[in-house]
Amino acid sequence: MVETLGILGAGKLGTVLGQLAIAAGYRVLIAGSGSSAKIELTIETLVPGAVPTTASDVYQQANIIILAIPLGKYQNLSPSALAGKLVIDAMNYWWEVDGPRPDLTDPRHSSSELVAHFLKKSHVIKAFNHMGYHDLFDEARPQGQAKRKAIAIVGDEHEYVKKTAEIVDRFGFEPFYAGPLAEGIRMEPGSAVFGANVEKNELKKLLARFEETKRGQMVLQARGINFK
Amino acid sequence: MVDPQKIVFGLDSFGDLPTDENGNLMTQAQAIRQVVTEAELADRLGVNVIALGEHHRPEYAISSPDTVLAGIATRTRHIKLASGVTVLSSDDPVRVYERFATLDALSNGRAQVVIGRGSFTEPFPLYGYDLSDYDLLFEEKIELFSKLLDEKPVTWSGKTRAALDGIEVFPKTEKGRLDTQVAVGGSPESVVRAARYGFPMILAIIGGSPRRFVPYVKLYQKASQKFGTKAYPVGIHSHGVIADSDAEAVELAWKHTRKSLARVGKERGWVPMSREQFEQEVKQGSIYAGAPETVAQRLAATIKLLNAGRFELAYGAGELSVQARLHMIELYATKVIPRVREILAEG
Ligand SMILES: NC(=O)c1ccc[n+]([C@@H]2O[C@H](COP(=O)([O-])OP(=O)(O)OC[C@H]3O[C@@H](n4cnc5c(N)ncnc54)[C@H](OP(=O)(O)O)[C@@H]3O)[C@@H](O)[C@H]2O)c1
Repeated sequence: MVETLGILGAGKLGTVLGQLAIAAGYRVLIAGSGSSAKIELTIETLVPGAVPTTASDVYQQANIIILAIPLGKYQNLSPSALAGKLVIDAMNYWWEVDGPRPDLTDPRHSSSELVAHFLKKSHVIKAFNHMGYHDLFDEARPQGQAKRKAIAIVGDEHEYVKKTAEIVDRFGFEPFYAGPLAEGIRMEPGSAVFGANVEKNELKKLLARFEETKRGQMVLQARGINFK
Repeated sequence: MVDPQKIVFGLDSFGDLPTDENGNLMTQAQAIRQVVTEAELADRLGVNVIALGEHHRPEYAISSPDTVLAGIATRTRHIKLASGVTVLSSDDPVRVYERFATLDALSNGRAQVVIGRGSFTEPFPLYGYDLSDYDLLFEEKIELFSKLLDEKPVTWSGKTRAALDGIEVFPKTEKGRLDTQVAVGGSPESVVRAARYGFPMILAIIGGSPRRFVPYVKLYQKASQKFGTKAYPVGIHSHGVIADSDAEAVELAWKHTRKSLARVGKERGWVPMSREQFEQEVKQGSIYAGAPETVAQRLAATIKLLNAGRFELAYGAGELSVQARLHMIELYATKVIPRVREILAEG
């Protein structure tokens, strides 16, 4: 059966992930913040095969939903409509877009934990956030091909991590499980992984280097001994 | 395909601070005068456009491109004088019109406004704008600016600036319209907007394969069709270093272009490009570094791929030496540009 995948956000990342999803054989629905008419031409041209629609339609039709909207807008999402769904969070705090938002950069938790806390009844997994959209476009390679680039995944529920890994794999990347959602902070802007377009072994090393970064130090300090 | 003889070739600068013959970093004032010297050279050698970007950062000297362009105007004859870009969101469309119409007068019709949203945030706090109005500011200001371009009395109202009620703005240009283009990054929405206003579009391609932009060109064309506006061949802006040998150019690009990209990336929490990624960019991405023949081949391929009508080389990124910059301009004008035209003419 063809699985339906919904993407919220029809911008740079949303359209590239849409292209990868179509190539992987999913049925793809994409929504921006407004009407479907607003994005119709864009989707028809950049992501042929995908259905331009509204966020509420995505909520209704898809059980797997990728978040590719500005992080600062996560509270516009509907927790009830997303209940029970696999929600893949690809969002990052970006000060140019989100403005000063200390809540989104609080070193005590990862931004995905905030999203998960807001979407209480969803299964929130973080993936696709650390690679630039042009690299995602350029580097996708079919399954089985050597030297595929790796995408880090964090999440708390094994079943949904596995499902996300399958999607990452089908999109053209090597999935790498990097721990529970709290560890998502290792993939955020300022980490050694952010912007990384590398193979699995290298990704593993970069993830481990977090404590050496300025951001890592800040996080350690804020979290005291609780940090792994 | 665009007639290879008609393709417009430009040089882009943000006023990066170069090093002088003793290896010392120039002051910002010197860097500005250096750009004027370089524009004079480019004009003499037949480069079609010099485009100057607006930044408000220590490593770039140019915050007022139109003032520098005015200086260049009085010392050059043919070269078009463009911004790259004028950050319309944090500027006043009326002032932008006035400044560029003035430049157009000074230069006998050689001014070009390239408007964009800009990829830096400094102008927002600097001029007292709220970043959260990012979209609204640009949307309203491009609307007003496009009305001003008709050079007739303008009536406009919005949230981001005082309303105009049948106001005329001066000076009028001799052509009756300022040459205007829109620069876009990777946002599909911006592509559609450029088409909606019927402006020529310049793609800022600063990373990854140019192939990625093929659908964007299609989107621009389709959107123009839908809005009943004219779709122009697109322009491309990318970084590059040209030197006598491939090895020399690649090392200079690694040392300077990559470093300046990394500096900007760092503020956004991006890890710097690895050597492997950099070489990929040089081989088939968006850094055009090499000897003239290498760069010409790559440029011709990109221009063909996107059926472009204009290419702008950001030539001075980082702290390249003055000599390297001047030599690059010479190689670009006398070797690369004619060679690209030749390759394209061969089909
Ligand atoms: N760009 C990258 O390379 C990259 C890589 C990895 C992760 N990311 C992350 O991905 C997210 C999107 O980035 P982007 O670069 O793609 O930004 P973008 O080009 O500005 O696109 C953002 C999209 O989100 C839509 N949107 C905003 N609020 C929405 C809502 N409540 N519901 C549905 N759609 C909404 C916008 O639609 P409207 O235009 O209608 O508002 C727009 O289509 C960000 O969190 C970013 O950090 C980006």
